[in-house]
Amino acid sequence: MMEPGLYQILFISAALFFTGVYGFLTRRNLITMLMSVELILNSVNLNFIAFNKYLWPQKMDGLFFTLFVIAIAAAEAAVAIAIIINLYRSHNSIDVENAEDLKY
Amino acid sequence: MNDLWIIMKNELVVTTIIFLLLFIKIGKGLKNETLLPLIQFLLLANLLQGFFFNKEGLLFEGIFYSNTLIIVQKNILSLGVYLISLVCSDWLKKSPQLPEFFILMLSALLGMFFMISSGNLLMFYLSLELATIPVAAMANFDLHKKVSSEAAMKMILSSAFSSGILLFGISLLYGATGTLQFAEMSALLDGSPLQMLAFIFLFTAFAFKLSVVPFHLWTADVYEGSPVAVTAFLSVISKGAVAFILLTVLHKVFLPMMGIWYNLLMILSVITMITGNIFALRQQNIKRFLAFSSIAQVGFILVGMTNEGQLGISSVVYFILVYIFSNLAAFGVASAISSQTGKENIDDYKGMYRTNPFLSWILALALFSLAGIPPTAGFFGKLFLLTAGGAKGSFWYIGIAALNMIISLYYYLRVIRSVFMDKNDAPIEKISVGRSATLGLLLCGAGILAAGLFSWIFEYIRGILN
Repeated sequence: MMEPGLYQILFISAALFFTGVYGFLTRRNLITMLMSVELILNSVNLNFIAFNKYLWPQKMDGLFFTLFVIAIAAAEAAVAIAIIINLYRSHNSIDVENAEDLKY
Repeated sequence: MNDLWIIMKNELVVTTIIFLLLFIKIGKGLKNETLLPLIQFLLLANLLQGFFFNKEGLLFEGIFYSNTLIIVQKNILSLGVYLISLVCSDWLKKSPQLPEFFILMLSALLGMFFMISSGNLLMFYLSLELATIPVAAMANFDLHKKVSSEAAMKMILSSAFSSGILLFGISLLYGATGTLQFAEMSALLDGSPLQMLAFIFLFTAFAFKLSVVPFHLWTADVYEGSPVAVTAFLSVISKGAVAFILLTVLHKVFLPMMGIWYNLLMILSVITMITGNIFALRQQNIKRFLAFSSIAQVGFILVGMTNEGQLGISSVVYFILVYIFSNLAAFGVASAISSQTGKENIDDYKGMYRTNPFLSWILALALFSLAGIPPTAGFFGKLFLLTAGGAKGSFWYIGIAALNMIISLYYYLRVIRSVFMDKNDAPIEKISVGRSATLGLLLCGAGILAAGLFSWIFEYIRGILN
């Protein structure tokens, strides 16, 4: 079996990134939008790990960055979910189409 | 080891204040009437300590660094936070969760301090998140209001999305250069396609945070839905901090790729000014109006950034100082009126001069400064920005920017006309402005005039860079 190279991993991470962007722009459910953002962040993690392993193995910069990204993603998700719960209390829905009091 | 305490002094002081407020909250707690003056005193102390015992230097192998320009930028941000605590004090006094509000606001300020001082992409990313996540929680502070939670939802989703894009850009940049340090990266940039792609991703994220058109769509909704104090914080302090770090990133790190970002900034600033102006023309809500006017102002800041020399940096820093004074004065008046009467429409302001002459004069001064009319500081701010932008000789570009200043006169003067000239049978009743709010408004007004009349302020900022 062939060992995956840098290109294969980069291809997967780019695909993940654009899947996340597509999901963020088309989905109307707030939780799903949050999940799409997590996909984007995970694609970034893959990128960092791949670059660190294949191109710059002398230093651990990419690896450390990944750890921090995971932690920050959790913090962001916590605040976002708190806000979504509060939104659900006032709107009784977590669909962005229903949150439309502010408009041009 | 002693260097650590003195170079990171600003951050340590802010952290101490945050912990102090946490202990007050956990302990017995204080009434708002006693707590708010205490917080204002602490913020004043935080502002004043920034002027003394400063030291330049690097920490943690260049991850954190400080120099005189950075200290001036931090002082400008501390000043802004102090002024917010003054001008919005009428609203803050009624808030049931006063300590939490300031804990969140100071956490965001701490993030901005680290962001300005960061010399490494990891540090930059962490501090950027520290500067945005608390603000999203602050936007939700009117817990019972529908619009407030909607604004917070829009803010957290758009900022999470934009930081995802930023991270993708950073990861590509890491792959292309193999380093995260700003100082080492600059020498390794040569404008290869991968680096260009990374730069565009990075710049997109900055444009999101600065609400540059076409990434401005969240701005007006978030500004309208949030409480006025949060809107003031978002439009002045957040914008200022992101503009400062963008200045560093463009002028230090990406200097070899100047050919790309010069054109990018030029196009985006023209679009931003025109869109901000056109949408500001038709707004009725005062917060939305100020949101679009702030988008137009960001366009002008980008004009100044196109100059990579010291005139570019000094004009942007000076303009942000002026912008803090003028925008906070306008938001202070809006906050005083909306916290007592609940009125936020420009039509409600008709004939306000007869009942509230003080508020009307401050509002007029602020709007004149935002529009850029000579005795006020806004004129000089815009003048220096346009001079910096015109240093390369692209006069049609400066012409467009000047034309936009004329368009913006129309909508600023429209508000002034309805305040001073329009007849109204039922104007806003006499509003009693609290003592600290009056002090804050007077400080803003004095700042607008002083920064315009005394040239040493600009000369000082300019002198730092030599």
